[in-house]
Amino acid sequence: MATIAELENIASQVRRDIVRMVNGCSSGHPGGSLGCTDLMTALYFEVLDSKPENFTMEGKGEDMFFLSNGHISPVWYSVLSRRGFFPVSSLSTFRSLGSPLQGHPTPKYKLPGIRVASGSLGQGLSVGIGAALAKKMNGCGHLIYTLHGDGELQEGQIWEGAMFAGGNKLDNLISIIDYNNAQIDGTVDNVLGLGNLKDKFLAFGWEVLEMQGNDMKDCLRGLNEAKGLTKKGKPVVILMHTLMGFGVDFMQGLNTWHGAAPNDEQRDNALSQLKETLGDY
Amino acid sequence: MKKYTILGNKDTRSGFGDGLLEAGKRNSEVVALCADLTESVKMTAFKEAFPERFVQVGIAEANMVSMAAGMALSGKVAFYSSFAAFATGRVYDQIRQSVAYSNTNVKICGSHSGITLGEDGATHQILEDIGLMRMIPNIIVINPCDYNQTKQATIAIAEHKGPVYLRFGRPKVPVFISEDTPFEIGKALMINEGKDVTIIATGHLVWEAIVAGEILAEQGIDAEIINIHTIKPLDTEAILRSVEKTGCVVSCEEHQYNGGLNDSIAQLLARKNPKPMEYIGIDDMFGESGKPEKLMEKFGLKAENIVEAVKTVIKRK
Repeated sequence: MATIAELENIASQVRRDIVRMVNGCSSGHPGGSLGCTDLMTALYFEVLDSKPENFTMEGKGEDMFFLSNGHISPVWYSVLSRRGFFPVSSLSTFRSLGSPLQGHPTPKYKLPGIRVASGSLGQGLSVGIGAALAKKMNGCGHLIYTLHGDGELQEGQIWEGAMFAGGNKLDNLISIIDYNNAQIDGTVDNVLGLGNLKDKFLAFGWEVLEMQGNDMKDCLRGLNEAKGLTKKGKPVVILMHTLMGFGVDFMQGLNTWHGAAPNDEQRDNALSQLKETLGDY
Repeated sequence: MKKYTILGNKDTRSGFGDGLLEAGKRNSEVVALCADLTESVKMTAFKEAFPERFVQVGIAEANMVSMAAGMALSGKVAFYSSFAAFATGRVYDQIRQSVAYSNTNVKICGSHSGITLGEDGATHQILEDIGLMRMIPNIIVINPCDYNQTKQATIAIAEHKGPVYLRFGRPKVPVFISEDTPFEIGKALMINEGKDVTIIATGHLVWEAIVAGEILAEQGIDAEIINIHTIKPLDTEAILRSVEKTGCVVSCEEHQYNGGLNDSIAQLLARKNPKPMEYIGIDDMFGESGKPEKLMEKFGLKAENIVEAVKTVIKRK
């Protein structure tokens, strides 16, 4: 078991990777990536029962993770590589011609860790539900995890999925919402408010947890609590409170960093705030 | 003209239902998803035989498509079905991302396709689905012509790994392909060898092409008739070989002129061997309510229309 300090060290390196990847190709989505770094680190290094060296598409006998908000691919690629799914050196190819690290994730180039394409929002919950059903049919006791943006919840398909999972008591599913109240056109509250999100999920028949997504200790608490609530007749959702761009002071809390790349000066400023712990790629 | 006997009248959707049941018996990984149309799309027998492998999704097609993708990547052979309008057009983006681009083993099964859906009218009569599906990379597109061929196609696609769109219909139509006729994905079926014109047909219009062939034979015109059940990948060799022999083509489908089988053939001929060609199909219009037979007449999809088109195209040689 990793200590909180060890996980925080990994997260710091992941944040460096994100900044460098996005700067390196002058495009990509740093905001949500930085906000979800602590969660993704906790998930992959501590919670998820996965097989980095022996990745299989079908995921039998292991937990499976689906990134529904595919634009935060930088954090996923970094965490997957740091966890050993593929060489860390691949991160330098992000978004470049011929790279399996496409702008948005895809299984097309057989990048270990990726099972389905995402980018067009709202589909990942349904994919996860399908995988969760398959696990039940196969008698596999492992869990399915999905991650979504809060703005993504404006997509109608999410609620089709939420209704299905609740109505069918799909209790091997943990969905996490990156509740940073930021999307491209402004705050989620201003663009199209989500109302009482907790009550919405409760009404759809889900267990609802909240956690502080930029606090490693609380990430572990939340994820472990969620695991403890599975197999009890309900899907579980975690409303994860984060700040877009967390860890880089000039990005933090600003929706303008959703899909903007830092220039070289901004990169250097950002890197000066993030300790290099595992060696840059 | 080779003689075809009507072996009965059956709906192609029942061929799908019986094929699905058979596929389910042969492979325990076959699962079926449905959006509140179980009996309409003939999934009832599968549901009763394998209740643990049947998923009732409710009226939520987008969720159904992506769920099917999630099941497929987990090792299942995922068949989902709805009316073709809702199985394709309504969920285009889900098909594009979760199914085609992700190359998941999902079978998109569209029932009640085309004008012959009949009385429900244009909202449900999709005439664009072949075009929509064939435009996306990775998807195989199949439109079988009768009950037997649909049943065989259903069994065949269960054994093929990858996304497939299978299109079939609602009304009872003649069964004329024998049960033992081999079905091979991507392989054209020679219905009748001839020399004066090539008639290419898919789906319900194959029978109309046969009737047209009989009328033409009486008038001294020797038509070669080819059944293209797999629109993508197209059996280009069979088509080019025939057209080289006959020198002209009439292509027939229950679909818009734009984007379907007819356009596929025109595209092929334009690039490889341009020849006079006529379309039997629907020219940029929505359908309407009515009996299937009456609609076929009104929209010019009958044997008589094929006969006229053949005469026109032969003059253009």
